[in-house]
Amino acid sequence: MKAQRGTPSHVRRRVLKAAAASAALSTLGFPAIVRAQAGRLKVGVLLPRSGFQGLIGQSCQKGADLAPGVIKEMLGVDIELMNADTETNVDTARTRAERLIQEGAHVLVGPFDSGGAAAIAQVAEQRGVPFVINIAAAPQITEQGYKFVFRNFQTAPDIVRNGLALIGDLFQASNIAPRTAVFMHVNDTFGMAMAKGISAFMGRLTQLPFKIVDTIQYDPAARDLTVEVSKAKASNADFLLLVCRLNDAILLRREMVKQRWNPMGIVSPGSPGMYEEQYFKTLGKLSEYSISNVPWYNPRAELTKVVEKAFLKQNPKDKLVFNGLNVGFTFEAILVAADAFRRARSTDAKTLADAIRQTNITSKMMLGGPIKFNEKGQVEGIGSACVQNLNLTPTVVLPAAVATATPVFPWPYYKA
Amino acid sequence: MPIELVVNVVIAGVLTGLVYGLMALGLSVIFGVVRVVNFAHGEMMTIAMYATVVLFAALQLDPFLAVVPVAGLFFVFGTLLQAAVINPFITRPEHSQFMLLVAIAIIMVNGLLMVFGPDARNVQVDYQLESYAIGPILLDKARLYASAAAVAASAALFAFFKFTRAGKAIRACADNYLGAKVVGLNVKRYYALTFGLGSACVAVAGCMMILLVDVSPVLGPAYTLLAFVIVIVGGLGSMGGALLGGVLIGVSEALAGLFITPSAKSMFSFALLILVLLLRPQGLLGRKP
Repeated sequence: MKAQRGTPSHVRRRVLKAAAASAALSTLGFPAIVRAQAGRLKVGVLLPRSGFQGLIGQSCQKGADLAPGVIKEMLGVDIELMNADTETNVDTARTRAERLIQEGAHVLVGPFDSGGAAAIAQVAEQRGVPFVINIAAAPQITEQGYKFVFRNFQTAPDIVRNGLALIGDLFQASNIAPRTAVFMHVNDTFGMAMAKGISAFMGRLTQLPFKIVDTIQYDPAARDLTVEVSKAKASNADFLLLVCRLNDAILLRREMVKQRWNPMGIVSPGSPGMYEEQYFKTLGKLSEYSISNVPWYNPRAELTKVVEKAFLKQNPKDKLVFNGLNVGFTFEAILVAADAFRRARSTDAKTLADAIRQTNITSKMMLGGPIKFNEKGQVEGIGSACVQNLNLTPTVVLPAAVATATPVFPWPYYKA
Repeated sequence: MPIELVVNVVIAGVLTGLVYGLMALGLSVIFGVVRVVNFAHGEMMTIAMYATVVLFAALQLDPFLAVVPVAGLFFVFGTLLQAAVINPFITRPEHSQFMLLVAIAIIMVNGLLMVFGPDARNVQVDYQLESYAIGPILLDKARLYASAAAVAASAALFAFFKFTRAGKAIRACADNYLGAKVVGLNVKRYYALTFGLGSACVAVAGCMMILLVDVSPVLGPAYTLLAFVIVIVGGLGSMGGALLGGVLIGVSEALAGLFITPSAKSMFSFALLILVLLLRPQGLLGRKP
């Protein structure tokens, strides 16, 4: 049955074709022709679907699961996913990457973790297989001179720079100027990279009114954060600057309540955890008002609407907003691989890598400029948003151009 | 550093340490009598934590009430495990016992992963986020109740071994295996009973621990290791030593977190372990072999 003009199906096809056309035009310079590929691209998807990052890995997996269908319609490319669980373990990530390559993966995607990404990058480089990182921020991954490693995600310094700038915007929008912050961060690869970035940028961003009075690092797999929160509370800081993961963010918020510590708020300059669905499910009302300045999706982008539709079809009880970052970047990583495959018309690793290097995708889901890799294999200009938990939903409150609500800071629990 | 901060941290360390102590007590009792090191100890506690979560989700049963069915179930399970699986290994070399219990531990972890998946779970009782305030001192209600229950369970176990005929018989088996057989005690039956008691002990600890930490299948090995550290510090086979070791580890971790860095907490436990092994190899309350 043919779709009628103006029906949702027709509109969706137009959007998909427009997105495909945009990608093709920008790279090849001739009209886009959506056509089927002779072969099929085997994409090895490495994610931490179990272990302490299991929930986030499962969230990313939803982005991978919907990619073949959406991309088939967009680009006419057949994709076969080869899923592997890194178990939130760097060594497992390395061995799973080896195995995926042995089993015939043409390209690797993943793994939502800087430690895992560094390990997989070594394997990919040694074996000469393209690796597109969905989420991992440690800057050194794309500073090694690798030829097969690509990242469509902000580096920790970028996240920090954007995150801190948004904190300045937040204070301006809230008309308040906190003087002190206590900085708590996880001590894994990502957390340490973020901490390094913050110490580097804090001095330079003179518009920020606060200084960090204490820095407390902790294990992301910690089972108890009593001491950490006690120390943070004793600092008497105006607000908590937090670089966290999911489980520790939940533990920390609970411990704050137990210890009756109510600073002006919790603000993350760019880390996962507080916008994840599990944070809301576990904490209920206590999840409210937490703020994360993170790379986020553009709710108004056409591709977002297409992805959201596919997401809801596959996860009818779920909402994209709770998975947006994970789904968006994982989907885009596979899109990068598929777009390169469509242009290269080959699964040869070197040809694919060369094609990825020429990527220029302008119709995208995540905030920021086009997906274009620099000579290091890094996409620049990815945008961040200030996302606050309001009405039990992660809500964009800044920048104003894409905001759907105004920020609440300090949070209502605060007593001066 | 404000004194109330130090006091708050020490109190939290003592309270957590008492629950740790109860967990380690089960390990110590089993080793002290049966002379088998239970390498599945942390995994057994994890199962008890999941059992509590299930009872809470299904029946809204508070963990303090869940102690009764969970401990009862674990007593039966431990007794049967000892009688059916471990007893044949009692006279075999230690590495055989080690492999058997490690295998049981791995089966338990993977069984939990299959049944519950990798997600962390917990119970949400009314008092979980509440605390008592005594001036500047804050007492976490859940932690306070859990440690009180741990002390009560430990006292009950002490009383059982001190005052009951079965307890005395078990101590006789532990002190002199041959002598116990000569006077007509069914040693293997008492071994099974001991393993059941140790299992019940770890079940009570699991019911309390779920009030303090979220449970996930991979939690088990970390707690097995922690239980070993505690009983070695306190003295392997010494019941009082297990409690003392638990409190020492709880407090030392808390103080290390406060004065050095929170991420060095575990490192400090192991440093304490090495110190004890160097200066008093039998543990603080252990007897010299």
